Amino acid sequence: MDSSRPVAPELATIEVHGSTRQAFILRSTIAAGAAYGALSAGPLLARAFAEDGGGDVDILNFALTLEFLETDFYTQAAKQVSGLSGYEKRLTRELRDNESAHVDALTATIKSLGGKAVAKPKFAYGGALGSRASYLKLANTLEDTGVSAYNGAAPMIKSADVLRAAGGIVQVEARHAALIRLARGKPPAPLPFDEASDMEKVLAAVKPLIAT
Amino acid sequence: MTDSVLRELADDPSSRKRFFKTLGGAGAVSAFTVLLAACGDDDKENGSSRSSSSSTSSKQDNASDLKIVNYALTLEYLEADFYAKVIDSGIIKDKATVDLAKRFGETEQQHVDGLKAAAKSLGGTPVKAPKTNFDDVLGGGQKRILATAATVENLGAAAYLGEAANIKSREILASALAIHTVEARHAAALNILIGRGFGGKGGLEGAIPDGAFAKPMGMKDVLAAAKPFLA
Repeated sequence: MDSSRPVAPELATIEVHGSTRQAFILRSTIAAGAAYGALSAGPLLARAFAEDGGGDVDILNFALTLEFLETDFYTQAAKQVSGLSGYEKRLTRELRDNESAHVDALTATIKSLGGKAVAKPKFAYGGALGSRASYLKLANTLEDTGVSAYNGAAPMIKSADVLRAAGGIVQVEARHAALIRLARGKPPAPLPFDEASDMEKVLAAVKPLIAT
Repeated sequence: MTDSVLRELADDPSSRKRFFKTLGGAGAVSAFTVLLAACGDDDKENGSSRSSSSSTSSKQDNASDLKIVNYALTLEYLEADFYAKVIDSGIIKDKATVDLAKRFGETEQQHVDGLKAAAKSLGGTPVKAPKTNFDDVLGGGQKRILATAATVENLGAAAYLGEAANIKSREILASALAIHTVEARHAAALNILIGRGFGGKGGLEGAIPDGAFAKPMGMKDVLAAAKPFLA
């Protein structure tokens, strides 16, 4: 991969608001990530967070972006994917409604902390919604990625209230992951200890789905 | 649950067998072990408190974390022992279901081992395994056994969520979170497989029992719920 090619230029336009120096560093490094690719930006992002957690608002905005993605994904899936069983249709709607509730809660939490919520990006799924199998496969990836993203970011959260909220959300993401995995005939809990991903890994998984 | 796939799984042993076969999963290098190793190298300074402005991790913080780790360890002992007794009892004949119980039991044992190491990393002593009694459950047969497993996994998930925000050390928190979501995965899988559906009305039954936001349970309530299984 040519790392100098912009992977997802609009990531550079995601606004990360906050009054802290860390917010500025984060904003700059996300821009760097968009410009040079997640691989090169990863260490920078990790460092930005390590500085002082990046700030709860920044973490929440990162989570919000993922929840926007999941909400949009299941909303489109509920409309488009053919060949789902009755149970799989109900599961899709349940997940859509849960993710949408997460978006609302995160948005409200960001506001309550005096921050500004990021705007909803535009997403594109390639051909993933073209079949039951490809839909469930991408859903599997997104849910496992969501779990690892929250587990990776949660220890950096400063506010106990925000941590509790994030914990209540990640548990539900883990339940989603297990249910989607079962629907695919995959082990629901493949690891004894779930992964914690840094932002580099999460961005790499998510970037191809953000439309230009 | 009226659905075809799961109904088929519930009714047809051969299909269930195929299905459960896939539940085995891959063994993995334990991130937990790596984490604890890293954690062991840390100066006390690095264990950061969430709310405190002090950058030092005090003896009090360690003592507080140790209490939580030993509490979690007690629950994991209980779960691991339950799965072991279920398998030993021979009550479940279906190999696929036995394999599932074995797999989940092995994972709980890994949680036990990880938490024992965590207790030591805090300079403490891991609690001993509690004496358990699952006679009633085992006497109730396969249906009762699986229903109990499904409920206990929901209890475990709620217990971890209840303590997460009280953990002072970032490393211990990361470890607890890594277990928390595995308990949630077990809980969702077992609850959907025994036909409880998503739930959504709270309590300890259902694959997503609290809807979009999982509810925590405090130590007192968790221990009360676990009491029937403690001898």
